[in-house]
Amino acid sequence: MSDEASLLMEQAPLADVGLQREIAALFVRALNLEVPAEDIDPDAPLYGEGLGLDSIDILEIALLLSKEYGIQLRADSEQNQQIFRSLRHLAEYVAAHRTK
Amino acid sequence: MAEIPLLSHRSRSAPLAWRDGEPISALKFLSDVRALSERLPPAGHVLNVCADRYRFAVGLAACLVGGRATLLPPTHTPEVIRQVAVFAPDAVCLTDDARCAIDLPKVYSDADSQAPVTPWEVPAIDARQLAAIVFTSGSTGVPVPHRKTWGRLAACVRRGAERLGLLDGRLHALVGTVPPQHMYGFESTVLLPLQSGNSFAAERPLFPADVAAVLAAAPRPRALISTPVHLRALLATDIELPGVDLIVSATAPLTAEMAATAERRFHAELVEIYGSTETGQIATRRTAATDRWRLWPGVSLDEGDGPTFARGGHLEQRTALCDVVESVGADEFLLHGRMEDMVNIAGKRSSFAYLNHQLNAVPGVVDGAFFLRAGENLAATGVARLAAAVVAPTLTASTLTERLRERIDSAFLPRPLIFVERLPRNSTGKLPRQALEALIAEKG
Repeated sequence: MSDEASLLMEQAPLADVGLQREIAALFVRALNLEVPAEDIDPDAPLYGEGLGLDSIDILEIALLLSKEYGIQLRADSEQNQQIFRSLRHLAEYVAAHRTK
Repeated sequence: MAEIPLLSHRSRSAPLAWRDGEPISALKFLSDVRALSERLPPAGHVLNVCADRYRFAVGLAACLVGGRATLLPPTHTPEVIRQVAVFAPDAVCLTDDARCAIDLPKVYSDADSQAPVTPWEVPAIDARQLAAIVFTSGSTGVPVPHRKTWGRLAACVRRGAERLGLLDGRLHALVGTVPPQHMYGFESTVLLPLQSGNSFAAERPLFPADVAAVLAAAPRPRALISTPVHLRALLATDIELPGVDLIVSATAPLTAEMAATAERRFHAELVEIYGSTETGQIATRRTAATDRWRLWPGVSLDEGDGPTFARGGHLEQRTALCDVVESVGADEFLLHGRMEDMVNIAGKRSSFAYLNHQLNAVPGVVDGAFFLRAGENLAATGVARLAAAVVAPTLTASTLTERLRERIDSAFLPRPLIFVERLPRNSTGKLPRQALEALIAEKG
């Protein structure tokens, strides 16, 4: 694991719970998820098992992050595996990289 | 047409592909093909799952020169891989991913093969040679193979290159957002550049920022080969999009409005392609200007009481279409939607019969059915997801979803998945749509 990745993991528990909730609500609305936003486990994987998102959803999430937070996801980013690890990690990434 | 050259590039130094904006020459490609061919089993079947488009193309060509058939199943779930292994017990998996979990003997595609340079001699492949077996999900639970010979694949994409204006003597660079394993990506981003002397980007960008970067790195004239889902995401971002000279879309019809928006944003024409795994590509339209599809020269439609058939041209035999179409004039038609049992989610095709078969094959499922909700339940993604109602008293939603994930592509996983005590079947065992809608209203 890269230093950057392990740093993200250590930081994750500190993520802003309010931002997590906000992102969860965005997902549920945009992706027509059947779970209530507050029931999304902040530590469950977003992709595949867990929340069960697929590449169609991931593309939509990229759009949401661009519109809401001014973040442009890139596939070659070393951090991508980490970002989609869980809602907590995603919220942490957004907190660190948002431009709006 | 006994033999058709593997590629139509005129010189050894002609760029055949691009990676990070750097050219990969036709000669380098042939050298890589010969080196890989020596590492593959001498004959038989190869499941080519390489994500990198260049490595996929090297794998395909290595199969062609060695008389091997490339296998292209609709998805790579464990259940489908098991069925592929039953279909072709000699199958090996060609992959460029060290973590590839596919349960077949593996051959790894080298990232940077130092293949010895071979003489500039383009192999000629027998037109009758079996080049690829493309599978559709069928309706009985067993994937249905469609055998494609080299000659017919080549003839199809040459017509396409002509129609798209890619045979004008300039070297076009094609940037695809579709995987090379999908029939459309296979034809338009791999076979077409090989057979038209053009080039393609090795990358398969997904996020808008990546698409913009790969496009910007490709020389002009350049074309974007994409789908409605990917184009929609691209057009919704406010990042600066590099100019392109042609946009191509397929897998699902685009609205005239979105086509016009894409043409304005990119300052290029958008051409839609109509095709299917069974027929290959057979028609195009300039969507912003007309709703009429124009058939490939030599291809014609037979309309009757049942499905419409296409024949002629590169088609080996009369082949049924999966859509309801209406001929207008000798070589044009209108599209009126899918046949009843067909499902298409973001370019992935299946049938309700197949999906229901897989659902009911999960241990613990007593009865279950997939359906599409009225109004198509469009999410913000513009993609309609399927719903399913199931009788499975011993299973939880997450367990059932995980079992299904091993069987069907994730695009078809139900949203919502509703548990009921019994399905509202009528006296003939059918499930009236209204009864299913009522279930959703009640449970959802």
